[in-house]
Amino acid sequence: MLVEINNLHIGFESRTGFAPAVKGVSLTLGTEKLGIVGESGSGKSLTARALMKLLPKQTRIEADKLEFDGIDILSASEKQMRTIRGKRAGFILQDPKYSLNPVKTIGSQVAESWRAHKGGSKRAALEAAVNLLEMVKIRDPKKVAASYPHEVSGGMGQRVMIAMMLAPDPELLIADEPTSALDATVQAEILRLIEELVSERGMGLLLISHDLPLVSHFCDRVAVMYSGRVMEELKASELLSAQHPYTRGLLNCMPSLIHPKERLPVLTRDPEWLK
Amino acid sequence: MTIEIDNLRISFGDKEVVKGVSFNVANGASFGIVGESGSGKSTVLRAMAGLNNDWSGRIAFSGQGAPLFRPPAFFRKVQMVFQDPYGSLHPRQTIDRILSELPLVHGMDDIDGRIAKVLSAVALPQTARFRYPHQLSGGQRQRVAIARALIAEPEVLLLDEPTSALDVSVQAEILNLLADLRAERNLTYVMVSHNLSVIAHLCTEVGVMIDGHMVEQVTAEDLRLGNVNHAHTRELRSLSVELEEPA
Repeated sequence: MLVEINNLHIGFESRTGFAPAVKGVSLTLGTEKLGIVGESGSGKSLTARALMKLLPKQTRIEADKLEFDGIDILSASEKQMRTIRGKRAGFILQDPKYSLNPVKTIGSQVAESWRAHKGGSKRAALEAAVNLLEMVKIRDPKKVAASYPHEVSGGMGQRVMIAMMLAPDPELLIADEPTSALDATVQAEILRLIEELVSERGMGLLLISHDLPLVSHFCDRVAVMYSGRVMEELKASELLSAQHPYTRGLLNCMPSLIHPKERLPVLTRDPEWLK
Repeated sequence: MTIEIDNLRISFGDKEVVKGVSFNVANGASFGIVGESGSGKSTVLRAMAGLNNDWSGRIAFSGQGAPLFRPPAFFRKVQMVFQDPYGSLHPRQTIDRILSELPLVHGMDDIDGRIAKVLSAVALPQTARFRYPHQLSGGQRQRVAIARALIAEPEVLLLDEPTSALDVSVQAEILNLLADLRAERNLTYVMVSHNLSVIAHLCTEVGVMIDGHMVEQVTAEDLRLGNVNHAHTRELRSLSVELEEPA
């Protein structure tokens, strides 16, 4: 198993007391595509960030087991974490606008991530960067490598982020809402690219999204989170016929193009779900 | 209030971003504009709202051409709701202060009563009145943004992606609220969105924009059935339908 999470609790210490955010999440991930869906505030991003130990200091993390490829994350030192972050597990965030350095060319940023993990000369790294950009299907990789982030579109920026993640050949890819800042046509392309790269290289994928239909199309398994808990875990192909009232409620309240609804049903939250 | 847009052109510097857009909206109807980012859909809406004074062509409300610089009375009739409820409310002002801005500017009477009324119209508790935006959820903030538009007692609401920053569960509540308000107050809507199913839910007619042109206008019914002509409309529709169907 690439990732094993057992009974994960995350909370925040604050001036006024303790605020729990993730309340007993258990997940496992092998070389497969696992989707985590849920509303904002359900704890899906926190769970992924805890796995990379990327949470602020005042966070309290407890778990029976939190392992990446057998390494205990909770007791791992910052030095050990650096051999995992980026190198063995790549992280793709929502908006490339904020993840890329605006004053460095794209090529030099991709080359930097290559050199940090693989070493080698600056020139070799730049060549490798162009190759990586080609791998994420950028048509004119030389030109893109020489341009600055503000000169390329959002979809192109996200491809660049993916190219940077691929440099060290990671075993796991964590994608936190990788396409929610993109147009529908671009979104499909980027997800297809991620899917292709993941299956080609035999990586594990953790896809975090609020978009249920999207996840059901691109993942193998889906965990549905609500208020810091996993409500249900099911095969992605069965997501649209899910039984849990929360999942059903989320699916029902979406407007549909082919099945028009006079009025949208509203989600009624049942306190029973949290017991 | 009827709306007529005829051959609307908008440029930023040398670059023309809206290249001759025309459409009409009947009184009490709702018109949707879909398109990808950069297609010029929000730019059209901002010009209609009077937030951009550099356009040519004709924008008319109730048959009267709108001047480049709008008189104050215009903003009592036409109001806009923005996409991001986190960015569109002043973080250091209470909801009461935010909502009283427009009545103060226009010298309206009974501000207190109007705020109370408009809060209940958008189904917010009266206790929300003296809160700050950060104390409210995303859905509640969007309700405040809608209340701020309604307090002018407008006849036209211009909606720029009013639900795309919200969860689907909250989106459903806001879409229902917008549908109810339109029925109650006989409002005319022009809504911009990239989400076809949201547009088809709220609007009866849809214009598709690409690269500054409105390439097709169809009824929501035809859009649902797939009776569309332009390749871009077909592409957007098939992407939307593909996601809805089980994998």
